[in-house]
Order: sequence, then C-alpha cells, then structure tokens
Amino acid sequence: MSNSFVVHLFAAVAERMRVRVLELTLPAGSTVADARAWLTRFTPDVVDLIDRSAVAVNHEYAADDRVLNPGDELAVIPPVSGG
Amino acid sequence: MFALTHDPIDHHALTESVRRDGCGAVVLFLGTVRDLSGDQVTVFLDYEAYPPMAEKKLAEIEAEVRRRWPVGEIAMVHRLGRMGVGEVSVAVAVSTPHRADAFDACRYAIDTLKELVPIWKKENAPDGRSEWVEGGTPS
Repeated sequence: MSNSFVVHLFAAVAERMRVRVLELTLPAGSTVADARAWLTRFTPDVVDLIDRSAVAVNHEYAADDRVLNPGDELAVIPPVSGG
Repeated sequence: MFALTHDPIDHHALTESVRRDGCGAVVLFLGTVRDLSGDQVTVFLDYEAYPPMAEKKLAEIEAEVRRRWPVGEIAMVHRLGRMGVGEVSVAVAVSTPHRADAFDACRYAIDTLKELVPIWKKENAPDGRSEWVEGGTPS
C-alpha cells in the first residue's frame, strides 16, 4: 500500500527544481526522511540545499522520523530569511 | 494582530492601532531594505512566503508574546513581493504599560519571526544576478 502527498517547494529549492508543487507517492509507513530521500534522488544538485532545509508536515516543523499519514501536506523549508 | 500583505505597510497606522489608554509605552520595529549586503549592492528584494504556515507561526508568536508580557496590543505585518531600497518589509508594534516590557516583547517578536516564520528574500544586484538569502534553519 502506498500514499500520495502534496509537497510545496519554495525559494531556492523551487528555483533549482523548477517546480513549486509536486506530488510524491511513498509506501505506507514512510517517514519525513523517506520523503527527503525521494526529493533528492532525481535532482542531486539540490542535495546540499535540502539537507540544510527543514521539512514541514501540515504547517508544522517535523523531525525526520515523523511517520507520514495519508493526506499530510509536506513542504520543504529552506533556511528562512524573513524580516 | 498579524498579517501578510503585498501592499506597502502603513507603519504610522499600525503604531496607532496598538495604542491603549492603559499602555504608557509603544515600541515599533521596522525592517527596511538595505542598499548593501556585505559589499554587494542590492537594488531590490523579492520576498515570498508559505502563507498558511507563516500565519500559523505568527499566531504562535503573538500568543507567546501575550503569555510572557502584559501586552495591550501587538501588531506584526510582513510584506511580500518586490521591494526597493528603503521600503519597509516588516513592522512590529507592541504596547505595554511600561517601556521595558514593550522593548523586550518587540525584540522577542521580531527575533522569533526571523527564526521561525517561513518567509524568504532574494537579493537582486544591479548586474541582474540574484541570490536567495539563507538565514537560520529552524529545528
């Protein structure tokens, strides 16, 4: 069984991956770390940047061991620079 | 209150909006677009946000400020989109009965905003080059 998730990308990550929203499908029980691995698999030039980024699940910063549930909204949050 | 906006920030109106009869102190912080970043000339900045999460984080900051200090009112506004040198990108206004709390609460609010709220800026140089600024990585 697998689940699909919407992933929002921003700033330098969105520019380098040339996409702002994508859908990824992962096996049930996958974690934030699995999502990170999927994101960098096809775009090796963003590995460093994604390593420096946080991941948010449902608008909250999430640890790499967080297990994803169906319908979760993911976002890659590169180092923030508001203000 | 807090808001994200694409319009210029009316910081005078924002300051007036937090004034209260019981508050003898109002502190306003403005973040403005600088003409230099290190030794690199900046002509304009582009700001973008993840709005639903940015609003959630701003709400949490407001709640924490109200929990920690005797706030009359707090207003935080961050502008998004393109801004030239000198324009106001962010404003935080806080009123409290006495000045020490107003300074501390305002400082906490802007420091935490810059640390946690998912907003990013891109510096654009005169030669057309641009670079996303990397601040902190929230943990």
